[in-house]
Amino acid sequence: MRKVYTRIDQIVGPVVTLRADGVRYGELARIRLQDGNSTYAQVIKLRGEEVSLQVFAGSKGVSTGDEVEFLGRQVQLAFSPDNLLGRTFSGVGEPIDGRPALQGATDIDIGGPSFNPARRIIPHRMIQTGIPMIDMFNSLVKSQKLPIFSVAGEPYNELLARIALQAEADVIILGGMGLKYDDYLFFRAQLAPSKERTILFVHTAADPVVECMMVPDMALAAAERYATAGKDVLVLLTDMTAFADAMKEVAVAMEQIPANRGYPGDLYSQLASRYEKAVDIEGSGSITLLAVTTMPGDDVTHPVPDNTGYITEGQFYLKGGVIDPFGSLSRLKQLVNGKTRDDHAPLMNAMIRLYDAARKVRQQQSMGFSVSAFDQRLLGYASEFEQRMMDLNVNLNLTQQLDLGWEILANHFTEAQTTMPGKLLVKYWPKRAQAA
Amino acid sequence: MASSTETPANPASGSAASAGAPTGRVRGVSGNMVTVAFDGRVRMNEVAFVALQTAEGVNARLKAEVIRIRNGECDMQVFEDTRDIRVGTPVEFTGEMLSIELGPGLLSMTYDGLGNPLDQLAVQCGYFLQRGVYLPTLDRSKRWAFSPVARIGQRLQAGNAIGTVPEAVFQHRIMVPFGLVGTAKLIEIAPPGDYTVDHVVAKLEMPDGEVRPVTMVQSWPVKRPISCYKERLLPTAPLTTRTRIVDAFFPVAEGGTACVPGPFGSGKTVFQQSVSRFAEADIVIVAACGERAGEVVETLREFPELIDPRTGRPLMERTIIICNTSSMPVAAREASVYTAVTLAEYYRQMGLRALLLADSTSRWAQALREMSGRLEEIPGEEAFPAYLGSLIAAFYERAGLVRVEDPNLGQARGSVTTIGTVSPAGGNFEEPVTQSTLAVVGCFLGLTYARSYAKRFPAISPTDSWSKYIERMRPALEKNYFAGWVDAIKRMQGIYLAGQRVGDQMKVVGEDDLSLPDFVRYLGSEFLDAVFMQQNAFSEVDASPSNARTALLLQLTMAVIDQDFGFRSKDQARETFTELTAAFRDWNLAAEGTDDYATLLTKIQSRLGSGGGRGRAAFATA
Ligand SMILES: Nc1ncnc2c1ncn2[C@@H]1O[C@H](COP(=O)(O)OP(=O)(O)OP(=O)(O)O)[C@@H](O)[C@H]1O
Ligand SMILES: [Mg+2]
Repeated sequence: MRKVYTRIDQIVGPVVTLRADGVRYGELARIRLQDGNSTYAQVIKLRGEEVSLQVFAGSKGVSTGDEVEFLGRQVQLAFSPDNLLGRTFSGVGEPIDGRPALQGATDIDIGGPSFNPARRIIPHRMIQTGIPMIDMFNSLVKSQKLPIFSVAGEPYNELLARIALQAEADVIILGGMGLKYDDYLFFRAQLAPSKERTILFVHTAADPVVECMMVPDMALAAAERYATAGKDVLVLLTDMTAFADAMKEVAVAMEQIPANRGYPGDLYSQLASRYEKAVDIEGSGSITLLAVTTMPGDDVTHPVPDNTGYITEGQFYLKGGVIDPFGSLSRLKQLVNGKTRDDHAPLMNAMIRLYDAARKVRQQQSMGFSVSAFDQRLLGYASEFEQRMMDLNVNLNLTQQLDLGWEILANHFTEAQTTMPGKLLVKYWPKRAQAA
Repeated sequence: MASSTETPANPASGSAASAGAPTGRVRGVSGNMVTVAFDGRVRMNEVAFVALQTAEGVNARLKAEVIRIRNGECDMQVFEDTRDIRVGTPVEFTGEMLSIELGPGLLSMTYDGLGNPLDQLAVQCGYFLQRGVYLPTLDRSKRWAFSPVARIGQRLQAGNAIGTVPEAVFQHRIMVPFGLVGTAKLIEIAPPGDYTVDHVVAKLEMPDGEVRPVTMVQSWPVKRPISCYKERLLPTAPLTTRTRIVDAFFPVAEGGTACVPGPFGSGKTVFQQSVSRFAEADIVIVAACGERAGEVVETLREFPELIDPRTGRPLMERTIIICNTSSMPVAAREASVYTAVTLAEYYRQMGLRALLLADSTSRWAQALREMSGRLEEIPGEEAFPAYLGSLIAAFYERAGLVRVEDPNLGQARGSVTTIGTVSPAGGNFEEPVTQSTLAVVGCFLGLTYARSYAKRFPAISPTDSWSKYIERMRPALEKNYFAGWVDAIKRMQGIYLAGQRVGDQMKVVGEDDLSLPDFVRYLGSEFLDAVFMQQNAFSEVDASPSNARTALLLQLTMAVIDQDFGFRSKDQARETFTELTAAFRDWNLAAEGTDDYATLLTKIQSRLGSGGGRGRAAFATA
């Protein structure tokens, strides 16, 4: 017999306050609205008899006379390792794919404690995605956490979908926050071919803001279960800026003092506690995390991308429809790219160096300077590099990527002009005679 | 020192409240802050336990610290997740301040911010940390070979050695508890032998006749400096980091302080990791404060394998890691920097050189900000508390060079050197944490985005950084390198700046409009940057040059810059400098004593006039 309260004293933004006793911090409550519908809420503050709840569905339509019942448990996710795959859930973990509730599920806590740092190992396994600008130039490593910094309008969701389809992983968990409904439909359609290894947690822009805040925790709680059971999990989140904005909204409703451009002072800790779920477990599975972070006004010093950069292990910049090779950095790549093929790291460096030189030539050209014969080679190289490697539609395995790299170099330069080590040139320089 | 005797909490015991200690009940919860109504006497920074039962019926006692007392209630920061706490949940006060255990066995350990050993927690709890589980900082079963130092009947004071035990390569002093006020008479001391830390190795008689047993472990409240030394001394010797641009241009003093601010990805952590390996210190304390767990793992896994060339022992044996990374409880992050500095002070008291590396102090400041927000204090700039500056100052003030005096072991110098990174929002140094830190440190090593983007590592700005120690350390520096070193460095700095100004000008007017001498000046400045200021942290050789090698490199670099090559064109000048840059950089990567080293050095010297010969002579005599 749980006690039911029928008087709400205060409703501000998504936060309601009432008097109640015996309530636990973080406890889940159900609010029965006048129209007969129910919504869930979570305790976010206790002060004497006064209990503040954040209402998942927002306070729209909540009345002071609605019934509030405390459920005696924390927010949980119904988890079942086999039956979760292929399903789509809301931010609070309810199925939204029109199919029945999960069978044989157990309720698991979300937002659990930190992995013991002393139990961590040095990341050492690469994940191939088929995308040259990732695999060859900024290798993704199991357990890595990387944001995709992007301005609105860039094809970041297309990129995520591509990674979801192509990446080496046992389980893919996609968490959508503030998604346009079209994007949701896009993901559903795109990911259909790999449905059996994919789980979606979706909050759309039309859904209540508090549900947005739950998406990463739901996705990562499920990921942790799979990873401790030996699965390599890839978690894809989009868009973390929507998540941060949701936190901002609740903080304002709670009259918290903002730290920076309206965001709460704990933004760093909140983001970090999610990103740090990425882990490679010795003798078991792993969690790797890629998260789209849109940059308002293309400003990387905006609090959300800025705090993110301080947490993640590098970043991808999506610019002009491609992954920018200069600003992007996988801080862990050197842990794996020395073990792939002996030409991997040197070829990567040579190609970037030449592309950088080509970029400077383009600048000079645009300022009206004349270009030399070698400059012409650089320009030709740059456009072929862009078309055949940087384009996000390219899908090749690493060996093919490396071979293509040599081919492109050979199309434009002499062996000496690449300044590559002699023994690699002997081994890998394409034999023109055969090609002709 | 405080006038009363300390009664620090024994974090190991986690014991129920001592008799007569007040109890309380939770009145409110907001994030990691709880408000508690209590009867009786409660003191600031006192430790209490929130005795909770979860919805599933599991009991957990959550450690918390009193941070404000007001209107008969106290506000406490809880070092754990607060979910499931209710209004009415009982709270047990301990009467003891937040403390850390000190004694043999700290070296090579990894602790969380409160001093819980993470390896042992893993044994007990598995992959994930579990709230409410606290373990003793020091191993209770390990035996230490105790040798008495003090004599029966001797009058001793706080910090005087009673005996020593060997720990790693040091004689670890077992000292009279730091909280002892006045003088006490030694009335009993254990004979030489192997004892556990809890063994009573001595008894002290207080002037009032009270007899106090002394074991090898004592607790100390982390937020209070250990100050049993005789006097503080002015730092006059450098703490060599083996990062060239720092040691030459912006040297850190032993017993001094430095801060390393920089935007994300500019190389703060890589720099700290390099210093933690190569710095000339006896003890290194790495405080991973609110940063990535993955970065600690490298240290954790690699240090046991890496041999410290100075001692021939694994680097881990001189290292303690305080690891309260970003997803661990925020309040424990706040405590972690104090835990770390307390450990450094403890080893300083034994006459050792301790180095504290804190990455990142901004995360500590943010923990303070979060708590201040929950306390609803009037915020200062960017919502940081108004007292941020004084807390930062007090933290860095705990560094210092001191003279300790022991009736039996004589005089010794000990030091705590603190190097803290700062992570400014948006990479902008005009923010409160950077500014408050700059106001109190002796050395500023500013990392810039421009340098890291251009891959000029370490990305320490040669123009913005400064060290206030350089003049004071002139004699010591000249002894380490060569006579005239400081003036040579200053001259090089001038040459660098002048050359960079030419470079700026060139960006506006183009290369064609520059005079040849100006252009050469620019090339010289870039050369100095490329071969001396930049350093490859990932090369075994270049990462830790000896003083002699750094001295020689500077002389060779100066010789190139001072040489009149008689260039006839800019292209010719550029070619020469490009070639010399490549030769120097290759030489930097060549280990002393190898053929490469000798060949490249000869090649370099053949390009130089008398300057190169001078360099060789200096090296020979160094
Ligand atoms: N001395 C160096 N030599 C070569 N590369 C470096 C050096 N320092 C930094 N880097 C490069 O920059 C990356 C980021 O460095 P680091 O992790 O030290 O940055 P940080 O300033 O600590 O960033 P954050 O604030 O995000 O923690 C490294 O992964 C490495 O690729
Ligand atoms: Mg760092």
